[in-house]
Amino acid sequence: MAGMFNLAAFKRIVSAAAMAGVLAGLLFTVVQQIQVSRIILNAEVYEDAAAAQSAHVHSSAENEHHEHEAWQPTNGVERTLFTALANISLAVGFGLLLGSGICLRGEASDWRAGLLWGLAGYVVFFVAPSLGLPPEVPGTEAAPLADRQLWWLITVVMTATGLSLLIFARTWQVKILGAALLGVPHLIGAPQPQVHASAAPIELAHAFIYATAIANTVFWLTLGSLTGFFYKKFA
Amino acid sequence: MSSIPGLLDNVDSQSHSATWKGKILPVMLAGSLGLVLLYCAAFAETPALHNVAHDARHSAGFPCH
Repeated sequence: MAGMFNLAAFKRIVSAAAMAGVLAGLLFTVVQQIQVSRIILNAEVYEDAAAAQSAHVHSSAENEHHEHEAWQPTNGVERTLFTALANISLAVGFGLLLGSGICLRGEASDWRAGLLWGLAGYVVFFVAPSLGLPPEVPGTEAAPLADRQLWWLITVVMTATGLSLLIFARTWQVKILGAALLGVPHLIGAPQPQVHASAAPIELAHAFIYATAIANTVFWLTLGSLTGFFYKKFA
Repeated sequence: MSSIPGLLDNVDSQSHSATWKGKILPVMLAGSLGLVLLYCAAFAETPALHNVAHDARHSAGFPCH
């Protein structure tokens, strides 16, 4: 493989993504613990109450099924630590995509350029999917998971493609094609549940949308600028 | 095969083989690594992975449950 593969370029992307991802993931965890997690815990009180109520109605066979649920971290420090781990995985994963984009474009990189890549990531991975599927607190009725994941994926791919064409294409015809692509997932429409309902009050759902929007703005701008910064540093 | 104008100009202007080894392959490998991390943290339905990443998925706006 030696000579066949530019190991230095690979290492540079991975190192920048790892540094930026760990730092941005930790910052996201702090912001999340301050506002987002409180709303999740609050909503789970309603979710558990609703589940307990329906368990009274249902047969004992279903209750037994409940007891065999998979392991989950206990509330408190353990849950926070595992959430931090998941946040960092997400952050490094997103960082690798940003770093790949920066490398592919091959232009001078610094934290300012990275900030723009982060802004694009925020639009692609948070804003566009949220327009159809707003972040939801636990206990919210929703369409089948597989349908929502598929729409999320289509939306992200189309938004990323559309945005790249809009920004990087040289001819206006291609730019218009890019702009049109941005709208396609929203014309298709996100999968919706048969009945919109939630165990938690609507105020909590609204507060959650604001809280996640703020947390993800902070996260993406930090991740982007740090990825740009470390990509330059590790040149 | 012509690529989309202006999108990957620097790819077109260099020798194909050098660009492939120097840029495309590392980017594909790093990008795939990123996708694996994202899949595990955000999409995998394995109960343990779901429960560990539950709050992260809700916070980042991924479909959950």
